[in-house]
Amino acid sequence: MISKALDVSKIRSDFPILKREVNGQPLVYFDNAATSQTPQCVIDAISDYYSNYNANIHRGVHALSQEATDAYEQARRKVQTHFNAAHPYEIIFTSGTTHSINIVASGYAESIQAGDELLVSAMEHHSNIVPWQMLCEKTGAILKVIPMKANGVLDMDAFDTLLTEKTALVFVNHVSNALGTINPIATLIEKAHSKNAKVLIDGAQAAPHIQADVQALDIDFYVASAHKLCGPTGVGILYGKENLLKELPPYQGGGEMIAEVTFEKTTYADLPHKFEAGTPNIAGGIAFGVALDYLNSIGIEHIATYEDELLTYATDALRKIEGVKFIGEAPNKTAVLSFVVNGVHPYDVGSILDKLGIAVRTGHHCAQPIMDFYQIPGTIRASFSFYNTTEEIDRMVEALKRALQMLQ
Amino acid sequence: MTIQEIQQEIIEEFSLFEDWMQRYEYMIELGKSLPLIQPEFKTDDHIIKGCQSKVWVHAELTQEQLIFTADSDAIITKGIIAILIRVFSNQHPKAILDANTDFIDQIGLKEHLSPTRANGLVSMIKQIKLYAIAFQTQLN
Repeated sequence: MISKALDVSKIRSDFPILKREVNGQPLVYFDNAATSQTPQCVIDAISDYYSNYNANIHRGVHALSQEATDAYEQARRKVQTHFNAAHPYEIIFTSGTTHSINIVASGYAESIQAGDELLVSAMEHHSNIVPWQMLCEKTGAILKVIPMKANGVLDMDAFDTLLTEKTALVFVNHVSNALGTINPIATLIEKAHSKNAKVLIDGAQAAPHIQADVQALDIDFYVASAHKLCGPTGVGILYGKENLLKELPPYQGGGEMIAEVTFEKTTYADLPHKFEAGTPNIAGGIAFGVALDYLNSIGIEHIATYEDELLTYATDALRKIEGVKFIGEAPNKTAVLSFVVNGVHPYDVGSILDKLGIAVRTGHHCAQPIMDFYQIPGTIRASFSFYNTTEEIDRMVEALKRALQMLQ
Repeated sequence: MTIQEIQQEIIEEFSLFEDWMQRYEYMIELGKSLPLIQPEFKTDDHIIKGCQSKVWVHAELTQEQLIFTADSDAIITKGIIAILIRVFSNQHPKAILDANTDFIDQIGLKEHLSPTRANGLVSMIKQIKLYAIAFQTQLN
């Protein structure tokens, strides 16, 4: 282990899945940008919930319901503290980042006017493009794209030109899932606010590496997924400033989100319940809180420092392989290494790496506009997490060399 | 040869390989070997877009037999296409409709035909079957 920042051997022992083999080889898991692995404490939290206090929340007077409600609301406060939101009710539990974005995009259908302009960055995940296109179709608003430069950095001069009094909303990811670029969200937010535009930050990729302080950054809406933060799948969060969330209409009708129902008229519950119709993923929410505790016990800053070391190590190693071209070479990056190899299709490389026990992502990473920009069918993406090691990177490099021998 | 006989022949060929490396090397060779489609058919009309790789497929009926040509931008995908064409091309539409692709499991390439793999191959097989239905109707 190269790092003094973390005790990686101890950390690895927290993740049972890292002990398994794939195709007869010890697993090397480098698809962390798609989903992170789950530490035993998070798995235990899910099991503990179903074994000891499974009950529906917010509505029972019995002991189990009270315990489950307390644990779920405690998880909400953990999220609040982690992202430094002003109030716990500004944290909405959702099924994931996609759901969170849809709540906001759908909510603006009533207030966005024809001709209003929405700015999206050129390096968004489809989840942060399509809901806004649907909003534009409904309202007649216009979607404009903040372009990026060849190295995978947003063109901020173009942003300055695109941002006008007509701009109503700006939505940008904090970190690009396909490129790893860290976007200058503080500047983007400050400039957008100077034109009274609201900003949604997609934190799905950034949250495992950078702890966003939503108040310090003055973020209007921030969205993220638990499963990229060592938590379970099917849980995400929507942070919104209180006044903005109050202005948005509910996304779904149903139980939990009401104050009073008659057949003549229903009044809606206060935040956060207005956006949490139906029985939520209770075990998932609680386990997400445990995952945040786990990450914070290590420290996001320590994690980021170590992952930067892994990124540098892997970048140096891959650079030595002939024909490798990195896609996305922003000076500020998280530990995402997207690359192509001359004359070789990413699918072929991914298939052979899989046979050698190495999990990387290949394809367009749900970011087709980026692939179109670089005129490539897709990339091979290795994304590192704090439980990965330089020895694993060595194995990937050897496996890649072997794959290229077979393919070229 | 019938589809089943060809499939059996392929299974026997693959049984000679000792490990996955040899199987993959063989498929890569197949993938590299020949152009599998005429350039005029390598158009958007004939494309099946997978998340991972693209597949082009074209069919024509000659003397009650369906002739398939196809291609892919990924070599391993193209290698499997070569195997599928060997099985399904030059066959009567009815025989194609009655056939299955279970032999792929037996030659150790099952993962490439998983619907979640999104490499275009599952859609290609569906497309082959659709062509067979269409031409079978025409023959009736």
